[in-house]
Amino acid sequence: MLSSAGVRASLALAPLAANKGRVAVSVFAIALGVALGYAVQLINQSAAAEFAQALRVLAGDADVVVHGPRAGIPEALYPRIAALPEVAVASPVIEVQARLPGQREALKLLGVDVFRAARLQPDIARAEGGEPLDFLREDRLFLSRAAAAWLGLTAGDELALAAGEGRLALRVAGILSASALRERVAVMDIAAVQSALRTGPVVTRIELRLREGADPAALSAALERVLPPGVFAEDPGQSVERNARLTRAYRVNLAVLALVALFTGALFVFSTQMLSVARRRVEIALLRALGVARGGILRQLLAEAALIGALGAAGGMALGHLAAAAFLQRYGADLGAGTFAGLPVTPHVDPVAVLVFALLGVAAAVGGAYAAARTAVRAQPARALRAGDEHEALRSLEAAWPGAACLAAGALLAFVPAIDGLPIAGYLSITLLLIGTLALMPRLARVAFALAPQRRAASWRLALEQLRFAPGRTGMSLAAIVASVSLMASMAIMVASFRHSLQDWLDTMLPAQLYVRGGEGAFLADEALRSQWTVPGVARIEFLRSEQILLDVAHPPVTLLARDLDAARIDRSLALVGESRLPAPGAPPPAWVSEAMVDLYGMRAGDVVALALRGRVAAFTVAGVWRDYARQHGAVVIERREYARLTGEERAGNASIWLEPGADPDAVAAQVRSRMPAHAEVELVRTERIRELTLGIFDRTFAVTYALEAVAVLIGLFSLSASFAGLALARRCEFGMLRHVGMTRRQIGAMLALEGFAVSALGLAAGLGLGGVLAVVLVHVVNRQSFHWSMEIHTPWPTLAAFALVMLPLASFAAWAGARRAAGYDAVRAVKESW
Amino acid sequence: MLSIRSVSKSFPGPRARTLLRDISLALEPGEFVAVVGESGIGKSTLLNLIAGLESPDSGAIELCGEKLGALGDDEATLLRRRHIGFVFQAFHLLPYLSVEKNVALPLVLNGVASAAIGPRVREMLGAVNLGDRATSLPAELSGGEMQRVAIARALVHRPSLVLADEPTGNLDPEAAAQVLALLRERIKADRAAGILVTHSRSAARTADRILVLSERGLSPAPAA
Repeated sequence: MLSSAGVRASLALAPLAANKGRVAVSVFAIALGVALGYAVQLINQSAAAEFAQALRVLAGDADVVVHGPRAGIPEALYPRIAALPEVAVASPVIEVQARLPGQREALKLLGVDVFRAARLQPDIARAEGGEPLDFLREDRLFLSRAAAAWLGLTAGDELALAAGEGRLALRVAGILSASALRERVAVMDIAAVQSALRTGPVVTRIELRLREGADPAALSAALERVLPPGVFAEDPGQSVERNARLTRAYRVNLAVLALVALFTGALFVFSTQMLSVARRRVEIALLRALGVARGGILRQLLAEAALIGALGAAGGMALGHLAAAAFLQRYGADLGAGTFAGLPVTPHVDPVAVLVFALLGVAAAVGGAYAAARTAVRAQPARALRAGDEHEALRSLEAAWPGAACLAAGALLAFVPAIDGLPIAGYLSITLLLIGTLALMPRLARVAFALAPQRRAASWRLALEQLRFAPGRTGMSLAAIVASVSLMASMAIMVASFRHSLQDWLDTMLPAQLYVRGGEGAFLADEALRSQWTVPGVARIEFLRSEQILLDVAHPPVTLLARDLDAARIDRSLALVGESRLPAPGAPPPAWVSEAMVDLYGMRAGDVVALALRGRVAAFTVAGVWRDYARQHGAVVIERREYARLTGEERAGNASIWLEPGADPDAVAAQVRSRMPAHAEVELVRTERIRELTLGIFDRTFAVTYALEAVAVLIGLFSLSASFAGLALARRCEFGMLRHVGMTRRQIGAMLALEGFAVSALGLAAGLGLGGVLAVVLVHVVNRQSFHWSMEIHTPWPTLAAFALVMLPLASFAAWAGARRAAGYDAVRAVKESW
Repeated sequence: MLSIRSVSKSFPGPRARTLLRDISLALEPGEFVAVVGESGIGKSTLLNLIAGLESPDSGAIELCGEKLGALGDDEATLLRRRHIGFVFQAFHLLPYLSVEKNVALPLVLNGVASAAIGPRVREMLGAVNLGDRATSLPAELSGGEMQRVAIARALVHRPSLVLADEPTGNLDPEAAAQVLALLRERIKADRAAGILVTHSRSAARTADRILVLSERGLSPAPAA
């Protein structure tokens, strides 16, 4: 039965039903963006929640945690802190990443005083198998469920750990309950850990519970008096926050990348809606003439877009949930960083996040459609009802000032420093540069096509005239392809710059031919090794000791590298940025800081800085700044002899071995290994292997990025094809008339192919040019502010040329294929339709 | 010049119908005929058959010595390009071409040398009184002006036959009268033949003879 609601529903839904293909691709484009964004959010949120939960479990009921450098704090502090009147329970803990024979991943080993630890975390004393006294036996350990599953062990099994140059045989006494420790971890007696791994009289942290009614401020004041330099007391929550910062830059960059896909989806909706409006201009004008108000038209068009957005968001969130679950299953809560290895994670669904992403999907579609809808309602119905007026709908896109303003603002934002440690202004700069260029595309098209040479062939002439006449159409067709190509190109340049700089960095940082890695808990004994390992073919050996020190509780720990080095020729050992100036005689000894130290702690060459080494404050002069791609939270290099002088610690964790010219690295490595104890759990690797591994990890990391960008380019191609299909449909009458006046189908096909080629070439050129600019912002602003390292711009010309050579025919084909159907439309019917 | 012999055309489908039955017509250069009839009787279909845009079910059409039935799509297109000029009810000017470029289009398609195009276009625009609007875009013209441009485009390459399908349907009476007079004048001046399809009796009266298309076929109109 005919009803008002039925007519209204038809008016609203018929345009969507008539363009199922366009609607489906729009929904897909939005879904993809939402899926990526939602997956990243789910992963981040789930990881953060698990991370916090794991830390809370670890800290138990502790109110305050005292901790310092990774190498530990003096054990002697423990009785002094425990004796403070505000402290009810004090539990010392030593934490070591223990190497396992035959395993690349280390196992976190906690040494606890079980009686004290159980008062803060009662579940720790409840284990399946074993007896309480096993906690005191030095050859027994307990495994968390995750660790037991990972190692495939159960109570009673044996487990060997690397200790010094040898190995330590332990027996699994029992499996801890899941509520005790969620991550992959082993627990044993604190004294046993100290003795077996020869850590000396240190602990990693002391967990405190306040006496009932005690004043936390009083405890803080008391601790301030007791704690030596480099040792801090903090709320366990602060630790959660600091740890979250470890992967924050990576997570934020991933989230932005996901938003890029959503942005491309919004551009796709913009292009298709703009064309839809151009095609339906007469229909819209008719509705206006019949009395439908501007608001009614605007609502109808935006409702269509909202429906597309809602469908896309729903599909995207389902897809995102599956992707996040798979990712978390594969990489765990710490996103593969190894901090909380083996922590089982399932996606945590947050209703607020669901709502936000549903709204984001709808907003992207509605935002994309808004410009088109506004253009449609602004048109004068009488004028729009006239034939040949479609291009008027796109005239508003040709204004230059919005684009110029965006470009200017984008350029200015590139100079704004990081906000809360994140390159917010850098991202905004990229967004505005992108939008500005897209907004200027009609102008660019006008100039480019005005310069194009004229040819005699009718197809060429008509194609060029059409392009010159309607640059707005060109700009709109190109929006998604320019965006995706520019982002792809910028990423390619950024990644090539990074890889190139990384290779240079590896050349400088790995000058020796062989490297020995003992790692934590397996320190290379002492200088005696130098003579022991000096076999025929070895020119010299240098040792390095690495430890984590905390300079500021608000930041993650900094890596201190104590190296054997020639201070006068430091450029041979470090990738210096600028010059190295050794301190004047009498000034504190030299330290070379990484770029992160400059960004995060404001250190400058010539500054005198204080570093807490094993509870003692020592002054150093910043002699230079170096580039470090391994430690984004900062690193300081000092001379090892200075470290030994200040701390009395002679042992090192790593060594580098230089060979005589002509020596065979494998033969020398075999000889060095033969001089090590039979079960020495140290790694001896060739430099080439480290380079290979490093670059392999680098390439795998960016493979995901390339996959995301490739998806964006695919959406761009779809968008171009859909735009051309829409344009061609709008031009059916034109094609019909041209067939009447004697143009062959082939000539019309050639005209469309030429238009597709010209538009694609312009889009590619603009995309690649913009990509170059965005790459500069990515390299010098976003990367620097995110990861605190610099790099040299390196443009991968062959890659970009190959990309352009593949994309040009692909984009031309996409455009031609989109238009082909409309061009083949029956000429007689076409001229009968309203023009 | 144009010979149509016993042409019939029907359209298949669930509600199949025969539009043209046993139509015959012969036209000589300089002759201008009008075809009138009810809406939907097949007047436009007749023009499409003559232009080679559709094929008859039976019968034969010969234009300038070429049998249309023997031509493929490309050959029919070339014949149309060379020998036919079209004037449509909705003008169908390309919105992105200026007036002079719209008029020049058939010359470009026929491969006329660039040097010859300008003078011929100016001559045609002068003939239709639009010499001063050469660089205007179609959107800047009135309906009557647009149809005059369409007439100039239809005649610029000196076709043998001009097919005008309701050329005054979108015009007011005054503009319609001007356009019809102009169309007739130019056809006569170029010794072309012309077929005017209309359902307006007054428009038809500008032709040399009037033919009525009905279900029975094409027949001369009774004298008024």
